[in-house]
Amino acid sequence: MLVGPGFEPSEAILPFLREDCRVLVIGAGGLGCELLKDLALLAFGNIEVIDMDTIDVSNLNRQFLFRMKDVGKPKAVVAAERIQERIEGVKVVPHFGRIEDKSPEFYKGFHIIVLGLDSVEARSWINETVCGFLEYDDDGQLDLSTIKPLVDGGTEGFKGHARVILPGITPCFACTMWLFPPQVKFPLCTLAETPRTPVHCIEYAHLIQWPKENEIVEFDVDNVEHLQWCHKNAVKRAEQFGIGGVTFSLVQGVVKNIIPAIASTNAIVAAACATEVLKTVTMCCAGMDNYMMYMGAEGIYTHTVKYEKDAECPVCSSGISLTISESKTLAELIDVVSAHASVKGNISAPSISCGSMNLYMHGPLEEATRPNLQRKVKDLIMTNKATLAINDKKLPRTLRLNLTIA
Amino acid sequence: MIKLFSVKEKQERERRENAEQAKAGVKKASASELRLQKDISELNLPKQIKIAFPDGPNKLNRFIIIVSPDEGYYKGGRFSFSFNMPDTYPHDPPKVKCESPRPVYHPNIDLEGNVCLNILREDWKPVLSISSVVYGLQFLFLDPNPDDPLNKDAAKVLASDSRQFQINVRRSMGGCYIGNTYFPPCK
Repeated sequence: MLVGPGFEPSEAILPFLREDCRVLVIGAGGLGCELLKDLALLAFGNIEVIDMDTIDVSNLNRQFLFRMKDVGKPKAVVAAERIQERIEGVKVVPHFGRIEDKSPEFYKGFHIIVLGLDSVEARSWINETVCGFLEYDDDGQLDLSTIKPLVDGGTEGFKGHARVILPGITPCFACTMWLFPPQVKFPLCTLAETPRTPVHCIEYAHLIQWPKENEIVEFDVDNVEHLQWCHKNAVKRAEQFGIGGVTFSLVQGVVKNIIPAIASTNAIVAAACATEVLKTVTMCCAGMDNYMMYMGAEGIYTHTVKYEKDAECPVCSSGISLTISESKTLAELIDVVSAHASVKGNISAPSISCGSMNLYMHGPLEEATRPNLQRKVKDLIMTNKATLAINDKKLPRTLRLNLTIA
Repeated sequence: MIKLFSVKEKQERERRENAEQAKAGVKKASASELRLQKDISELNLPKQIKIAFPDGPNKLNRFIIIVSPDEGYYKGGRFSFSFNMPDTYPHDPPKVKCESPRPVYHPNIDLEGNVCLNILREDWKPVLSISSVVYGLQFLFLDPNPDDPLNKDAAKVLASDSRQFQINVRRSMGGCYIGNTYFPPCK
């Protein structure tokens, strides 16, 4: 099947892309510059971009929208200006700041969101935000209009990935968290007693020596003086143990966890992402399902894998839906949940939270939360509609409860 | 034209109403918070271990674990650890530090309170939980390990003369100098 489901060729598509379709690009760095250029040239005319970084001289080799005179300026602002100058009829609105500082309503306002990010944290955050938009009816059927598609790109040296996330349909970021290799960490005792590599010496200066000698000042990976301090001490330590190879750039690489960036990898991954945005928005072609990896180190190899959604994902799964009356207490709600057909027999001692609020918890917080049992649910959660999290030792994962108080 | 989006336009008004309701509601829990809620609700502590939440029951990302061993070298002592949960938990491990007494006389804890426990660093896996770390800490007091030292002097004593080590531990828990370092008493 070449054409996506529901595609109707139409003259209205082009003006839709030019005028109406609102695309958000998160990140205006290596991937972001490529994405903005690709999307603008694909006819997307209504783009916004958000990035908290300013331009560094080391960005200029690959972040091609920036010039020497732009160093120190916000990436989002300069990138938006440059695209508008070069590509006629395209509007790019920049946002210089952190993604966490924008409200959910801001993200709801876009048709699709493209990620050119370099951190697991930021990806998790935006994933949780868009998964929070999902609404399910009483039978657990997803309301399709609440889906906010994400297209995610990532690169590391000669490797990269592009993936399409249709929250609620394809696996979300949290469903496949295991895809991200954990950072390599060394035992503290090795760092302290038996360093063998230059990296051990750098980590020693960074993790053990710095907190000891600069108790009040938190190590700042963006502070050149801190990095120089770390370099100086790592070199000293390496000399003591007869280890060579501690360079300033290695120090930067280790403590900032810098991954080498290759311009062409960014170009390839961004092109794949932009193509998926076009496909998802117009449905002119069946989209990627759902994860493409690219390996460019030895020849060029790509492979697309269909990862599976985690049916019990605490972030994107449907969970169960319940409607209770205003007079119900928390204890009564717990009884209703325990008797619900889909979990019956699998729940014996449920704990229940609403967002960050722990309404009733077994374990060490039992005593502190016990008084809530006799209170009305409505008075505890202060709203008529909320998603609650149910935990029980017998449940393999957290169960989502979509609660309506009528 | 575009089915996914045309459905959307129809329901725009309805969603705006929902959004207003959501605004009045509580903050959504992050994936790490959801996992912490699970961990804490399922945490069954033995009587030698206590937990405290200094910021109240709705802030689970920072808490104190107090270990009071009732056997072994450290019997009768009281050791408190701060737990700071990163936003990326359980992808990344908790940050654990011995807060009191500091410094503590222990082969696997350095004078700043850093703990050498494999599951806190190189062997951390997201399937592990707060419970695993708490039991790891308890084990560290029952069976201090002289082979992976963070406090070399203490490790040396333990490896060569366990009776002397026992004496040093007892003395340190009451507050004393060992070598040039003062070890404050357990509180």
